[in-house]
Amino acid sequence: MGWLFDAENWSGATGIPVRLLEHLAYTWLTLLIAAVIAVPLGAYVGHTGRGGFLIVGLTNGLRALPTMAVLILVVLWAGIGDLPVYTALVLLAIPPIMAGTYAGIRAVEPATVDAARGVGMRERAVLLQVELPNSLPLVFGGFRSAALQVVATATIAAYVGAGGLGRYVFDGLAFQEYDQMLGGAVLVAVLAVLVDLVFVGLQRLTVSPGLRPVGTGGKS
Amino acid sequence: MTWIFENWDKFLELTAVHLRLAVVPVLIGLVISIPLGWVASRSRVASAVLLPLSNILYTIPSLAMIVIMPALIGSKILDEINVVIPLAIYTVALLIRGISDALRAVPGHVVAAATAMGFRPLRRFITVEFPLAVPVTIAGLRVAMVSNISMVSIGALVGLGGYGQLFIEGYQSNQDKVWAGLIATIVLALIADTLLQVAGRVLTPWVRAGR
Amino acid sequence: MIEFRAVTKRFEDGTIAVDELDLVVEAGTITVFVGPSGCGKTTSLRMVNRMIDSTSGTILVDGKDVMSVDPPTLRLGIGYVIQQAGLFPHRTVLDNVATVPLLSGWDRKRARTRAAELLETVGLDSGFAKRYPAQLSGGQQQRVGVARALAADPPVLLMDEPFSAVDPIVREGLQDELLRLQGELGKTIVFVTHDIDEALKLGDRVAVFREGGHLAQYAKPAELLSAPANDFVASFAGRDRGYRTLTFLRADVPVREVTTATLGSTVTSNGWVLAVDENRRPVGWLSPVDGATEVTADKLISGGSLYDGSSLRAALDAALSSPSALGVTVDPDGAVVGVVQADDVLKALATARAAGEVPS
Ligand SMILES: Nc1ncnc2c1ncn2[C@@H]1O[C@H](COP(=O)(O)OP(=O)(O)OP(=O)(O)O)[C@@H](O)[C@H]1O
Ligand SMILES: [Mg+2]
Repeated sequence: MGWLFDAENWSGATGIPVRLLEHLAYTWLTLLIAAVIAVPLGAYVGHTGRGGFLIVGLTNGLRALPTMAVLILVVLWAGIGDLPVYTALVLLAIPPIMAGTYAGIRAVEPATVDAARGVGMRERAVLLQVELPNSLPLVFGGFRSAALQVVATATIAAYVGAGGLGRYVFDGLAFQEYDQMLGGAVLVAVLAVLVDLVFVGLQRLTVSPGLRPVGTGGKS
Repeated sequence: MTWIFENWDKFLELTAVHLRLAVVPVLIGLVISIPLGWVASRSRVASAVLLPLSNILYTIPSLAMIVIMPALIGSKILDEINVVIPLAIYTVALLIRGISDALRAVPGHVVAAATAMGFRPLRRFITVEFPLAVPVTIAGLRVAMVSNISMVSIGALVGLGGYGQLFIEGYQSNQDKVWAGLIATIVLALIADTLLQVAGRVLTPWVRAGR
Repeated sequence: MIEFRAVTKRFEDGTIAVDELDLVVEAGTITVFVGPSGCGKTTSLRMVNRMIDSTSGTILVDGKDVMSVDPPTLRLGIGYVIQQAGLFPHRTVLDNVATVPLLSGWDRKRARTRAAELLETVGLDSGFAKRYPAQLSGGQQQRVGVARALAADPPVLLMDEPFSAVDPIVREGLQDELLRLQGELGKTIVFVTHDIDEALKLGDRVAVFREGGHLAQYAKPAELLSAPANDFVASFAGRDRGYRTLTFLRADVPVREVTTATLGSTVTSNGWVLAVDENRRPVGWLSPVDGATEVTADKLISGGSLYDGSSLRAALDAALSSPSALGVTVDPDGAVVGVVQADDVLKALATARAAGEVPS
């Protein structure tokens, strides 16, 4: 564990703080892109009830997709850069977010939705004011698993030359510097736990305490 | 894709390794999560310890866990156990909450009826309580199986086989190999998932009754 | 026979659910435990099959102290039926019923045969055997629950509010069925309810419990109504106690003649006419009219309850519920034999009183 506490590794352009921020940047931007794609899709399908099988199929299919292969293929096609990293990570983050949104909306009491229509809400309002707020616990559950997987998998991006904490793992591997490899691994694990805690906190803040989140599985 | 047909023997060998590395952890995980799930369903203390613990273990990235293994258990860097243990841990983490929730959801009157009929606790668990948790268990197993199959590839980064080897070799030389590995992984996941789904249907005919 | 001797149950939190209960349930009879919620009925019942162990006192089942038998073995000989039926959702109806015989070591074939017989006994045809509990109505589930409890032919049957989750009509059917079954099987049954009517209908004897697990009175139904031991029993038995007492009286009420007419025929009568079908079963009343009139379905006023000669209560109810104030009296085949009038019922009651049959 010496490597972790060596002051030398905590400064400079390849120091731990820089790599940590890179890692976090991958995570946030990935989640943002995935959310823009997955939330409307999940909400639409959940609201209309049409195409549920599509969500399930897509979720399962994407879950089976090996991130490494995607990463490599996009690199071979477009070269090293941000594109392969985000493509792979966004594909990873979409299923849990989409499934969470879809499940959340489907789980809203039909009576509640009925009542909303009964008081004269239009479909848009039903979705935005009733279904989405009520589905927050499950939507959050989806984001939480997505974040977890992205933090974990962003590590692998280093394999195709990207930054982030994965660098330490791969550099350590390449140069047989076991200490550095282990240190990187521990940092990723700690970061994953912290990010998870942040999401638990967010969830507590925004969701009524009576409702418990349910994660939608899969990880890398 | 043509790579598969030109290198059929190699492909079968990789498939065997990949399957072994994915399925063995699922089996181990299942065997461990049933008693743990039972304990968690019975005791508040146990569930307050086991569930958060399994959550935390689940947050540890697989690559990190695979890399840490030798330091942790003193195994060789190239030992398959380094992949098997992390994947088994994820399987347990995926299954334990579902199993414990499902066991807890078995209606009290059903358990009471079984007890009143003269079931002893172990037999009651095997024939009444656990069967009612099978649907949830199968659902968990499906997720675990699919994500394990896709995760095994990571092991190739530290030299542990499966289709992941194709990705690494393909990256250096041959895009076709990457496609072969990708497609093989998805097909394998699909087959495993379908098998589990069918097994679930056969094992739990009552679930679709009365819907 | 089940014998409670000074049985007390005190839960860990200090609640005394049953306090020094002394009570004997005769073999081959139905004893009903009745009382307000929380008075210890369920606890008393569950101490018999040791789902709960008593704190002190002794419970004997057929002379044997239940504490001397290990619980699973004890329970194999005691049927248990509960409110939610407690059926196993993952087993077919047939396999649910076969459970106890299998547990008792019967081979599968014999257990299934026995289960099929029992389903018939409780009035479910063989079409139900392959269904799962979720595919049954509440009343049907309860029947399966009863069949399952009877499967190993236990001499003792414990029933905890078995019929309280079904609607009143189904409940009445299940009660009649239970009485019919009991006529054939002669089990020793303890039945818990908080419905006093159910208690009076089913019980050979009724034990009225009051808060704190005290036995307020243990007596035959008629006695409970006519001679309540104290105000608690009197008020629990309810406002209609006097009326209910009639249930247990079988005095002679004069059956009078009534004008009947089949549908489609033409009658001339200045009184009420009872329309009947070809089997002389009542179909409705025709109100008095002048001159001849044809009996058609649209003119009929539907009738009240029917009096089958069972009790004064049935006779009075038939008269009171009939639009013509005439209670239709039927024979066992349901054919009209005549009518009874409320006045006559009350006279019969007065006569019974004078003869000392009813304490006044
Ligand atoms: N496990 C327990 N621990 C503590 N107190 C209990 C327990 N079970 C029952 N009691 C208490 O014992 C008393 C009797 O309960 P019991 O279930 O026998 O009532 P009951 O007559 O069957 O009522 P109901 O008609 O509502 O079913 C109640 O006050 C109840 O709260
Ligand atoms: Mg009760």
